Amino acid sequence: MATDISKLGLKTRWQDLTEGMVIAGAGTSKAFNTGEWSNTKPVFIEDKCKQCLLCVPVCPDSSIPVKDMKRGAFDYEHCKGCGICVKACPFGAITMEGVN
Amino acid sequence: MAIALRQINPDVFPAFPITPSTEIPQYFASFAANGLVDTEFIPVESEHSSMSAAIGASAAGARSLTATSSCGLAYMWEELYIAASNRLPLALALVNRALSGPININCDHSDSMGARDAGWIQIYAENNQEAYDNMVQAFCISEHKDVRLPIMICQDGFITSHAVENIELLEDEEVKQFVGEYEPENYLLNPECPMAAGPYSVTDYYMEAKRSQAEGMRHAEQAVLDVAEKFKALSGRAYGLFESYRMEDAEKAVVMIGSAAGTAKDAVDRLRERGVKAGLIKIRLFRPFPAKAVAEALKNIKAVAIMDRAEGYTNHGGPLGADVMAALFRAKSAAHAVNIIYGLGGRDVRVEDIEKVFADLQQIIDDDDAGETYRYMGIRE
Repeated sequence: MATDISKLGLKTRWQDLTEGMVIAGAGTSKAFNTGEWSNTKPVFIEDKCKQCLLCVPVCPDSSIPVKDMKRGAFDYEHCKGCGICVKACPFGAITMEGVN
Repeated sequence: MAIALRQINPDVFPAFPITPSTEIPQYFASFAANGLVDTEFIPVESEHSSMSAAIGASAAGARSLTATSSCGLAYMWEELYIAASNRLPLALALVNRALSGPININCDHSDSMGARDAGWIQIYAENNQEAYDNMVQAFCISEHKDVRLPIMICQDGFITSHAVENIELLEDEEVKQFVGEYEPENYLLNPECPMAAGPYSVTDYYMEAKRSQAEGMRHAEQAVLDVAEKFKALSGRAYGLFESYRMEDAEKAVVMIGSAAGTAKDAVDRLRERGVKAGLIKIRLFRPFPAKAVAEALKNIKAVAIMDRAEGYTNHGGPLGADVMAALFRAKSAAHAVNIIYGLGGRDVRVEDIEKVFADLQQIIDDDDAGETYRYMGIRE
């Protein structure tokens, strides 16, 4: 039986974890909220963005969604706050505490 | 042991030879070559690999096991913890042998005692009959739905593993029925529902994961008793968490593990003939440790000697001593207790040695003082 990934999170009691921490079922990473592992997140300043999309391929967690050739808001449920996008942006359209 | 495994007919048996456990995979390999089992027998290049392969096979959904001794177990250390935390009910036939160094191939319990906190169930045998019977029961315990933990079936190197002894075997069909089929709920080779095993657990999850693992161990004691009950119905041979030998009205007792308990029984019998109220507790299940039951069995004892066939280098005794003394303390026992290190590296244990232990216990009772609580037996000094 596939694991109900939505029930696994930082508030999950030990009684509700899966036996041996197995994750049964396919494609579960989308449903697993790994964004909660970090407390610092990048901030998208849309006014400064030129839609060059340089930030998109450098994101290790595919947390910058693109639609109709334009990037949208960060997917904070999977962003782990690495700050690489801040470094990649030539226009200062992404800021994050502690990253220059 | 090998015959029990032939009767169980496991799915996968990866193995690497090491004295004195070599004969188990060796005999089993001939069973496999002669078509007596359907098992995938995998000769690997090390114990690190044999345990890894057994883990992989178990996660894939197979009933798997391996065998080893001494340094071979030490080389499996990393994987032991993985098998337990992944809740994989595989088995290990462990033939106890001293760890190097100094290098030595003979019996003591330093190998399995070192692995006592790895999260495996550990069951020990006094003789070959028990080793065989324990192996037949192993998978029923480890695969129990409330337990699902790996199990180590231990016996004393050479003393039992290479002893010629008559034992009673069950019929192949009886063992097959008793052990049944292994049907895991989730497994890697399930095309209907793929599975990720052993995922990374950050700090936020690790402690809950370990607590969850401990829950399996909390159910192991009952599973051992339930399986023993079923086994008794099949074989007529009774097993428990430990064996109480002539403990009914005993004032002095020895607590020990393994083959030397047979020698201790002879000593107890001799002393009983002389009217000495001596008794023996032979631990069968060491992990989890049946602390309450052991303390209860010792409640009327005036003095007890806990015998460890392994050093702990704690400066106050060995691992069994620590567990039994903790159990006595919690039960508010008033008994005098000493911990005696014995039989290291195959050092012989004679009936006279155990009689001397009981004489020392009498002295402790007479003095109303345990004196030195961390002692050695059979040492030249």
